[in-house]
Amino acid sequence: MNARTVVLDPTAEDNPVERERCPRPESLAGLTVGLLDISKPRGDVFLDRLETRLDGLGAQIERYTKPTFTKPAPVDLRREIAATCDAVIEALAD
Amino acid sequence: MTVDPGRVDELRSRFEDSILKSRRVEIAVLDDDYEAMFDRGWTDGLPVVPPTESLVAGMLEGTIRDSDDVVALVPPNLAECTVEKVAINAVMAGCRPEYLPVVLAAVDAICTDEFNMHGVLATTMSVGPILVVNGPVTSEIGMNSGVNVLGHGNRANSSIGRAVQMVIRNMGGGGPGGVDRATLGHMGKQGFCFAEDEAGSPWISLAEERGFNADVSTVTAFCGEGPRLVVDQRSRTPESLTNTLGEALRGAVSSRMVMAMDAMLVISPEHMSRYRDAGWNRARFHEEISAQLMVETDDIVAGAGGIEEGIPAALGGITVPKFRPGGLLVVHAGGAAGLFSAIIGGWLNGPSGSEPVTREVKP
Repeated sequence: MNARTVVLDPTAEDNPVERERCPRPESLAGLTVGLLDISKPRGDVFLDRLETRLDGLGAQIERYTKPTFTKPAPVDLRREIAATCDAVIEALAD
Repeated sequence: MTVDPGRVDELRSRFEDSILKSRRVEIAVLDDDYEAMFDRGWTDGLPVVPPTESLVAGMLEGTIRDSDDVVALVPPNLAECTVEKVAINAVMAGCRPEYLPVVLAAVDAICTDEFNMHGVLATTMSVGPILVVNGPVTSEIGMNSGVNVLGHGNRANSSIGRAVQMVIRNMGGGGPGGVDRATLGHMGKQGFCFAEDEAGSPWISLAEERGFNADVSTVTAFCGEGPRLVVDQRSRTPESLTNTLGEALRGAVSSRMVMAMDAMLVISPEHMSRYRDAGWNRARFHEEISAQLMVETDDIVAGAGGIEEGIPAALGGITVPKFRPGGLLVVHAGGAAGLFSAIIGGWLNGPSGSEPVTREVKP
């Protein structure tokens, strides 16, 4: 029989906070929807089309752009979106 | 007995107050150590060495740094990573204690804003950190810069690269299928680390070119794909070989991409002998290869040659360099026989991508 092995934890030992998802909005009428372009080619084409569609549903649209798709969105940008918008749609890849 | 290898560390872990702060994880007697660590998601798919307290204490003997020194905030989770945590992962990867300073320098290098490890993980392109070690440490710890240099078989090369990847995975949370979104990946993501052959090179080293003295040990991290061979078994002049290398380098990553991505060129000893014999130094080589790396944009605009991929048509009609200034990193390494070199294509460069980063290896 093996001897008991005690090893040291190689991970960051973090305990991620579990957050509940926001409830899905019943309707977009009157809500502010952020459209985030991550600066990938043709992301704007996709978001332009979404803006047209969402306009028809009575949503207020705010457009945002990440400085580069290769790095996470700056903290200030994330805060601004969270403070201003009820929902956000991100155009991920080209 | 007390001078037996490993005995001191074992006795210390049993009878001294431990300085190690990491959580202890007990693996049940009836469980298999290796399966238990795999089940916890701590491995890269291959077996790892169980990081017991005595082995980790032994690993920490490889550095004079305090075990609770913070080495870096490891992306993507930006986890605060101490020397102790690096040592644990280095044990798991199979490192010897004398490799630890190289692992610490490499972790520091890839966790910088310039290297942008988060982006390197998240991109769907198949890239990862390529680590080139320069200076006295390479011979001190027995790194390979010769036969099969970009392959397997040398413990230091293999385990240092692996340890760095395990830090990213275990500490940073950057595992494949999670934040690592590579469409294809490459086997070098298991760990890709090698030494430059400085003793056999007529040129200054990569690290010296990047501003470090020859007696300083360094690690240079470059974000790259897997290596691709360049075959030229006929060239007898440096000019002819440079033409071959230039032709191959113009296709690095994609022949339709210019200035956006760097590349690393690994020149083998037999190819290098063409330059040695002709008296070319590193600066002369850069000058001559640059002339071979000019691209007519008419050839790479979208639609040229029946290929839809390409740069916008408005950019046609000019000649541009394939690489930005300093965008070609050149290393001398490989076995003594064989008229081959290798190209390691990069990823997006500059402030919006990944910059090569060199860090000094300190004790």
